[in-house]
Amino acid sequence: MNKVVGNTAEAVADIADGSTIMIGGFGLCGIPENLIAALVKRGVKDLHTIANNMGVDGFGMGLMLEAGMISSHIGSYVGENKRLEQMALAGKLRVALIPQGTLAERIRAGGAGIPAFYTPAGVGTMVAQGKEVREFHGKDYVMERWLKADFALVKAWRGDRHGNLVYRKTARNFNPMMATAARITIAEVEELVEPGELAPDAIMTPGIYVKRIVKGEKYERPIEKRTVRSV
Amino acid sequence: MALKDSEKREVIVRRAAQELRDGFYVNLGIGMPTLIANYVPAGMEVILQSENGMLGVGPFPPAGAEDADLINAGKETVSELPGTSYFSSADSFAMIRGGHIDLSILGAMEVDEEGNVANWLIPGKVVKGMGGAMDLVASARRVIVTMEHTTKAGEPKLLKQCTLPLTGLKVVDTVITELGLIRVTKEGLVLEELAPGVTVEQVQHATGATLKVREGIKTWGTSVDGDLR
Repeated sequence: MNKVVGNTAEAVADIADGSTIMIGGFGLCGIPENLIAALVKRGVKDLHTIANNMGVDGFGMGLMLEAGMISSHIGSYVGENKRLEQMALAGKLRVALIPQGTLAERIRAGGAGIPAFYTPAGVGTMVAQGKEVREFHGKDYVMERWLKADFALVKAWRGDRHGNLVYRKTARNFNPMMATAARITIAEVEELVEPGELAPDAIMTPGIYVKRIVKGEKYERPIEKRTVRSV
Repeated sequence: MALKDSEKREVIVRRAAQELRDGFYVNLGIGMPTLIANYVPAGMEVILQSENGMLGVGPFPPAGAEDADLINAGKETVSELPGTSYFSSADSFAMIRGGHIDLSILGAMEVDEEGNVANWLIPGKVVKGMGGAMDLVASARRVIVTMEHTTKAGEPKLLKQCTLPLTGLKVVDTVITELGLIRVTKEGLVLEELAPGVTVEQVQHATGATLKVREGIKTWGTSVDGDLR
């Protein structure tokens, strides 16, 4: 069992125009920055992206947006990206904003074979328009459907050639669910280790979900809002 | 009483901190609610949840100890505490929707007398997204809104009916502003407490709905050293 790919360019070589792609991360935390860079270099177009955010102007998925690679996006918060706001208001980009928990659960459901579920989030709001609303135990819930993708690009801290992954701190976020919900999941890791080096009890994404694993070439790991306390 | 914005915020945040209870699991929204963490009453243990996947959110790290992998939902660098745990976004919202969060405190653009809240979209003007707010208000055991009582232009934000797209329907329990503490009840908005130096008339004047006033209404107090009551 060896899912290791030599470099990120090779890892994304078969991502075609028009693909639906999930991209892990919360803000710039835990994003597959090397895979995104490789995809931008490759220059595919008309992508349908699913990610909590849209990077920032000049980094992460912001680079994909600036390169004109994205034609539609599903996410929960895009406030750090001014270009996206301009494009969306000008009607140049279709953006579906959905509750963050609904986004997470739709992806989880996609990976777990659950086509739909009911959630209280968004009942009585624009989010529930046109969707089935059903009462359970005296409270209304809105039906939401699973999300799946052609590719998922995820970022983990450590991984082995079986595709087993361990995330670090809050860089876990959307990565584990996305890893389960795509036809082809590509994981980039900071450290590629030998099978057995990751404690079996500590593995967060079992290798079955991962098709390719690649060691990221370099990590900028930018901090969006550096906040410190005086000691 | 013309308070500066930072002073208003401090009045609101200090009063909101008094709603915390020992052992509570609390989610604090981005912006002003985050500051409430600085005023947790002495001797009380409150566990902060951040919806990006963390329980036990610690203070900002000392300079030099910032970690790009350790942020809160506002994307600010934070620190770990003994007992901190991390989890995925799916697990995070499972604990939110599952009703395990005792208290959610968040900001708002508008709140109305039915407890509806709007805080995510100004049509044609702002495209940012709701983040986790819709999940939080729909499921937390208690939802408190902290906000300035009026807009920068002086327009009421506490209304008979929200005008902006809603974040949640009949979800708000309490609103705390620099003017007072207002509870949402079946009988409408009830002014329960006044901020120092504020009169009932001032609050009503700044509100877009008719307020009921609690019998024997009192002013919440701040002593010289900053401790409440």
